[in-house]
Amino acid sequence: MEVSVTVNGTVRSADVEPRTLLAHFLRDDLGLTGTNIGCDTSSCGACTVLVDGRSAKSCTLLAAQADGAEVTTIEGLAGEDGLHPMQQAFHECHALQCGYCTPGMVMAAVSLVDEYDDLDGDSVREGLEGNLCRCTGYQNIVKAVLAATE
Amino acid sequence: MIPAAVDYVRADSAEAAVAALGEHGDEAKLLAGGQSLVPLMKLRLATPTVLVDVGRAADLSGIAVDGDTVSVGALTTHSALEHSAELAAACPLLAHVASQVGDPAVRHRGTLGGSLAHADPASDLPAAVLALGGTLVATGPGGSREIAATDFFTGFLESALAVDEVLTEVRVPVSTGGWSYQKFNRRAQDWAIVGVVVAEGGAGVALVNMGSTPMRASGVESALAGGASAGDAAAVAADGTEPPTDNNADGAYREHLARVLTGRALAEAGVG
Repeated sequence: MEVSVTVNGTVRSADVEPRTLLAHFLRDDLGLTGTNIGCDTSSCGACTVLVDGRSAKSCTLLAAQADGAEVTTIEGLAGEDGLHPMQQAFHECHALQCGYCTPGMVMAAVSLVDEYDDLDGDSVREGLEGNLCRCTGYQNIVKAVLAATE
Repeated sequence: MIPAAVDYVRADSAEAAVAALGEHGDEAKLLAGGQSLVPLMKLRLATPTVLVDVGRAADLSGIAVDGDTVSVGALTTHSALEHSAELAAACPLLAHVASQVGDPAVRHRGTLGGSLAHADPASDLPAAVLALGGTLVATGPGGSREIAATDFFTGFLESALAVDEVLTEVRVPVSTGGWSYQKFNRRAQDWAIVGVVVAEGGAGVALVNMGSTPMRASGVESALAGGASAGDAAAVAADGTEPPTDNNADGAYREHLARVLTGRALAEAGVG
């Protein structure tokens, strides 16, 4: 079936099987490999992207479900002026170790900050409960998200 | 993991979904937010041959308060329930329980109707709708019918919906009496090992993950109605249940949790 998704501001179309997951559409059909696949069981959040502005696990969404939607991946976050404030905060706070969870963590954090007011350390931790860092580098991740809200 | 090959039909209204389900029979599966179904398809625990995607049916989404009834479209997401000021005023219990489902990404996609139709005894929202004494509206080829929440959950992952019926609406009474949701788990984002919902000052009490279906704690409800203390009522919370044993807990521990959590929920709800 033909699927057409606005990815990072550009309409991208492909002929895919209906069972194609959004994560595979992004990585395999569009070559956007910044979206990582971690657990593949909807637990780890490494594949998090924004669908119509809100975080979603792209391994738990069919590409067909995103047909017509606007999707933002980690590749689409930086603007002409440089890194997105959340990316900059992750950089400055050293909020990554191996980096595998980072794209999903950044996308989830962007959505979290947009969705909730008055975030503090506890609510950031709760808000990122769907994103796992197996280096367990949460301390600096929380620091970065809070820094990006300032 | 990749789902098994499947055909895909988009249905942009309840009527279109009913027609598609009627055409494809029980080989078809309705897809709403997909937050329960897609993981099961990836594990190939669910292998429908046709997906009927009703996720864009705009007429099935929204929250309306009319008199003493709150009507929620089946496709309303957990996130929409969580952030609705109208729901927070009319039925804060339902808004709160929605905020406890999974994680934010799941709540952005997952829907109230999908959670109820999936009928997982470990899910949060079925117990909330049970405790609130909700009514579910199903639309089929012959029109719509109402199903009491207490009659809806018929077995493990099984509901009273016919194969060609679509859950279109969930109605709960306006409820601002004392309430609580006690969700016990050991890791963030996990399902409840056991959960207890108390609605409307103890008029409704329901249990999560204490058997093959979401269930009301009718012993607790009748004890409270008969004038029992909260402590005495909580003591019978596990009576008549057959909780599962799994990696997280054995049945006896779940029975213990049900009693303790019911006590905490009644206390938080202000039930003497």
